[in-house]
Amino acid sequence: MSKPTQTIEDVVIKFAGDSGDGMQLTGSQFANNTALIGADLSTFPDFPAEIRAPQGTLPGVSGYQLHFSSNRIYTPGDTCDVLVAMNAAALKVNLKALRTGGMIIADTSGFDAKNLRLANYSDGDNPLENGSLQGFELHKIDISKLSREALKDIQMGTKEKDRAKNMFVLGFLYWLYNRDMASTLQFLKEKFGKRPEILEANLHSMQAGYNYGDTVEAFSTRYIVNKAKLAPGRYRSITGNTALAYGLIAAAQKSNLPLFVGTYPITPASDILHELARHKNFNVRTFQAEDEIAGIAATIGAAYGGSLGVTTTSGPGMALKTEAMGLAMMLEIPLVIVDVQRGGPSTGLPTKTEQSDLLQAYYGRNGECPMPVVAAATPCDCFDAAFEAVRIALLHMTPVILLSDGYIANGAEPWRFPASTDLPAIDVHFKKEISESETSFQPYQRDERGVRPWAVPGTKGLEHRIGGLEKEDITGNVSYDPDNHQKMVKIRAEKVALVADDIPLQKLDSGPDQGELLVIGWGSTFGAIKSAVQTLQSAGHSVSHVHLRHLRPFPKNLGSIIRKFKKVIVPELNNGQLVKILRDEFLIDALPYNKIKGVPFNKGELVDAFQKLMEAKA
Amino acid sequence: MPETMPLPAPTLTAKDFQTDQEVRWCPGCGDYAILAAMQKTLPQLGVPKEHIVVISGIGCSSRFPYYVNTFGMHSIHGRATAIASGLKASRPELSIWIVTGDGDGLSIGGNHTIHLLRRNFDVNVMLFNNQIYGLTKGQYSPTSEANKVTKSTPFGSLDHPFNPLALAMGADASFVARSMDRDPKHLQAMLLRSANHKGASFLEIYQNCNIFNDEAFAVFTDKGSKADTTLFMEQGKPLRYGAEGRNKGIRLDGYKPQVVSLTEGNYNEDDLWVHDEQDFFKAQILTRFFDNPAEEAEQLPRPFGVFYESKRACYEEGLALQIEEAIERRGLGNLDALIQGRETWEIAK
Ligand code: SF4
Repeated sequence: MSKPTQTIEDVVIKFAGDSGDGMQLTGSQFANNTALIGADLSTFPDFPAEIRAPQGTLPGVSGYQLHFSSNRIYTPGDTCDVLVAMNAAALKVNLKALRTGGMIIADTSGFDAKNLRLANYSDGDNPLENGSLQGFELHKIDISKLSREALKDIQMGTKEKDRAKNMFVLGFLYWLYNRDMASTLQFLKEKFGKRPEILEANLHSMQAGYNYGDTVEAFSTRYIVNKAKLAPGRYRSITGNTALAYGLIAAAQKSNLPLFVGTYPITPASDILHELARHKNFNVRTFQAEDEIAGIAATIGAAYGGSLGVTTTSGPGMALKTEAMGLAMMLEIPLVIVDVQRGGPSTGLPTKTEQSDLLQAYYGRNGECPMPVVAAATPCDCFDAAFEAVRIALLHMTPVILLSDGYIANGAEPWRFPASTDLPAIDVHFKKEISESETSFQPYQRDERGVRPWAVPGTKGLEHRIGGLEKEDITGNVSYDPDNHQKMVKIRAEKVALVADDIPLQKLDSGPDQGELLVIGWGSTFGAIKSAVQTLQSAGHSVSHVHLRHLRPFPKNLGSIIRKFKKVIVPELNNGQLVKILRDEFLIDALPYNKIKGVPFNKGELVDAFQKLMEAKA
Repeated sequence: MPETMPLPAPTLTAKDFQTDQEVRWCPGCGDYAILAAMQKTLPQLGVPKEHIVVISGIGCSSRFPYYVNTFGMHSIHGRATAIASGLKASRPELSIWIVTGDGDGLSIGGNHTIHLLRRNFDVNVMLFNNQIYGLTKGQYSPTSEANKVTKSTPFGSLDHPFNPLALAMGADASFVARSMDRDPKHLQAMLLRSANHKGASFLEIYQNCNIFNDEAFAVFTDKGSKADTTLFMEQGKPLRYGAEGRNKGIRLDGYKPQVVSLTEGNYNEDDLWVHDEQDFFKAQILTRFFDNPAEEAEQLPRPFGVFYESKRACYEEGLALQIEEAIERRGLGNLDALIQGRETWEIAK
């Protein structure tokens, strides 16, 4: 007999367990499934830096937060409605984010004496038993035992069987949210096709979880979240790193160039390399170099040879690449440097998110070395941002820095993907021969945008030498002439500034074009800022939001937008970086709002911050 | 065998490879001779000028590309090898020459050098070894002999020097050779061998820095001593040298090399080690002929020529093959199929 269903609008689930419990897989499977029903979706995977942190401990907790809704949503949610806690540590770490009255699904086998001790609960004090969770809807399930039971006919060790218990949880949640399990079924078949006993175990466990919901009386209602009113079109779910990889491939195709990616593994950027390495049939050459420097150096070599050259990294890696970035700037060859930012400085917080490389991107090189900077705002925006970074690099013969971060790199959302025919062609012209007006090839002769020709080895008659030494204007010969140096520094700066003619004017994301408060954001804070601003707007406040894709040069109208507001606030996941640049560029009293905790903004904290500023006497 | 390969008729001359740039090495610097040898060799490759790329790092030698009329890049310190790797990986048809020095290629760029050799890109590394930092005005280098007194080591250097060719062998280089600035004929022959080798060729060139480390190799290059201190190896020939009618030879006693006299009656030519460039183990022993000529003890001669050559898959070929196979297997990439992935859903109007 099937149980009644109830339609709700919005749910936030947090899957949390030990890093060996398979919570990332469980979460991403549920997210995929959610995407397929057409709900809007935002995810936040949050995992420890260690591959196998000590089992059962607080630092070993791995979480996957998933927000889905029949409304438009922009963040993974400030608080959770459902917390899946596979052990005591997972409960302890995540309980504060569970809303009052929220549901806890606890695997009781993860709350034995040992687990309680590892999670620093005092002796004999089991939170599942001591009444401390009274304000929540607590469901205690011995998941390990139930899952083992479901697998009793399968020949395999208990330890191996227990690896399938995350599928029990997944099956149960599929039941709770009235889902068809086909997508995961298919996934498991592909993943474990060659290991039939493991496949069997996972399928059985998932089915057992589903049946459990159906039979146990404690769960009387199933929930339905309807399709969201997203713009019409075809969608898929995508993470930022995958979208970024696709953006690069798309740009390579649209510019008719082979893609060369020279890189070195680093968290959280490595998935871009992994994705690209799979697509050799797109004429993609991935080169895992011996270090970060070789990664960019090889890319410079490939770009010099006429490939679309991209190097991918995170903050510490970009620090190592800076000298080579300067060379690319002097050579004036196209190059894209992707920095998927993480908590710094030094090794910092490798698996946590931060926006603290903006100043490095702006200023982090020796000498006067400006280059365009572009930032991605959401997981699917990584595609567009990558395409744009390539476009600027190729058309302006310059290295371009593309900033993403750990939060959007790993987070997923629905993507109304473009058709290839909707993407603009990127018109690359190689210099083929000396033109009639020239007597000899002048490698640093510029066009009206300050752009020099791309003349690649193999082109007869265009043999020339370039390098990192200062160039003489036009000829590109080595020059130590004082006036020439000043001239060249200005020319190179002007060339980057002129990119402003080739990028769209800044639009307001929301709000009136003048008034009390302008919020300026960049990068992955988009969702939280947008949600906070919308909340205030619905409460009748005059707040506007500008979100910057182009950080260098800024869109030409940015200054005039800013000047129409009484107050400007710049929320950033750093100690105040864009705000410094804005103050410098526009001489305005922009105020910082900073969070440097390795986690994204909550909507709530931004609402509070903006409100406080509006209430403050000017 | 590369040596016996017929040379393509040269249609270019050394002059074609000169540029209009004023050469700016110190007068008397060994770099001049190397440049001349290079300009004489390039026309013999049968490769069109525009297909040749010379890439250098930083150091005196790294000015080289400005003086060779091909494509060229004077890059940053130590990275020429890495830049060349990316260029070769994406443009396998180019003839790429890396000009580096003992500081550039073995100190700041040492990491890239060994990885280039291990990957075996089909490029040519010319390592100008002058055992000193010239451009920064005379500090000791990673190949300087121990106890060297320089500006940065007034009480003598403490470092044990690198043996560049042993290092190259350790990195599994597929072509290892040595020559010198003061023997242009030999140098040209070695450059040609480097060019003709399929795979990464590592050619160490002893180069005199007459300003900061004059005559560092004089004992090997001076007419008076050369014949007794050097061993010019030739494929298939016994290892013989010596001023008086090549009166000395090398014999292997087990795995230990031994200098023997051919005039004293104990040994004749048949007892000598016959050079075999394909013998990996013997090549390793030869690279260890590295006695410090300043020391008194009995010396093994310093070998010149090709120590080792082997055939091994080149990185860029493997990469091209993977791409070819991927296209064969899955068809040329379809952007729409890639972007849309496997699971999509429709939101209706
Ligand atoms: S300093 Fe030495 S190596 Fe450098 S150019 Fe002068 S002589 Fe040659």
